[in-house]
Amino acid sequence: MVNRVVVGAHYGLRDWLIQRVTAVVMAVYSLALGGWLMWQPYVDYDIWTALFSSQWMRIFTLLFLLSLLLHAWVGVRDVVMDYVKLAGVRLVIHVLVILTLIVYAIWSVQILWGM
Amino acid sequence: MPTLRFKIYRYNPETDAAPYMQDYELQSEPAGKMLLDALLLLKEQDDTLSLRKSCREGVCGSDAMNINGRNGLACITPLDSLGETVTLRPLPGLPVIRDLIVDMTQFFNQYRSIKPYLINNDPPPETERLQSPAQRAHLNGLYECILCGCCSTACPSFWWNPDKFVGPAGLLQAYRFLADSRDQATAERLDDLEDPYRLFRCHTIMNCVDVCPKELNPTEAIGNIKDMMVKRMV
Repeated sequence: MVNRVVVGAHYGLRDWLIQRVTAVVMAVYSLALGGWLMWQPYVDYDIWTALFSSQWMRIFTLLFLLSLLLHAWVGVRDVVMDYVKLAGVRLVIHVLVILTLIVYAIWSVQILWGM
Repeated sequence: MPTLRFKIYRYNPETDAAPYMQDYELQSEPAGKMLLDALLLLKEQDDTLSLRKSCREGVCGSDAMNINGRNGLACITPLDSLGETVTLRPLPGLPVIRDLIVDMTQFFNQYRSIKPYLINNDPPPETERLQSPAQRAHLNGLYECILCGCCSTACPSFWWNPDKFVGPAGLLQAYRFLADSRDQATAERLDDLEDPYRLFRCHTIMNCVDVCPKELNPTEAIGNIKDMMVKRMV
């Protein structure tokens, strides 16, 4: 194969938007959870499990975690694009990162609904 | 008369195994002089010292260099603003041809790639393609770029991927034509920049805005391009 600089993948906007939107989701969730923690006089295991037994809390926590994983995907991919110059190696790392993030997503569901 | 001290990056690929920093001293009064004036006096001492210059008034962009760690134009940098020892290096990230002269090929390849000219398929009118004053005002802060390369060579994203990332100078010019009411190639221009490397390597660290000797704002132009893309998508 000839070795030419190839660009023009015609994507990028969606990832960039995802990174920004997920940042807002994470900020709102973190502030809400941080505010709740400050408002509690003390937190023990029972109070913590009671908080997470509500279906809404589980859904919003999952939304936060999925946002974190998507945000991490765009960020890690950007770093790999800058520093890993061989396209084949880049592809392997991309696939490994995606698979790892999917495992984390499944694990998150198991933890949240197994509490 | 005060003694001015300089440390200047020297490299002649034909004779030097590696680049080195050379010390120079100059007996001169710094007030009222620009850095380029001092460099030309140093060149009288040592005519092997190589640099580019042309208009000597901040219009041509030839004498861009790294001055005390910061990119700028030697001809409009006051000598008395630079401290006791002035350290000069070529623009970072580009191949050095000799001393302070860099190979700008990659920079101009990126500039060329954004089609820096008006694309309009209507037959040319008798006189000019007219713009209202408001339409013309959109080009302010965009057309003034002199392509000196200070911004793109201050940008880490351009250092890592000079062959793929257009860089702040090229993207400012891309927006200059996207913002031009007479240009008809908006969709093609946006298609061309919708790319993880060409546009989206910019992570908004704003080194470009910090160093631009013409006080332009490539980061804002890049943000405007992204806004146009979002508007097109949603």
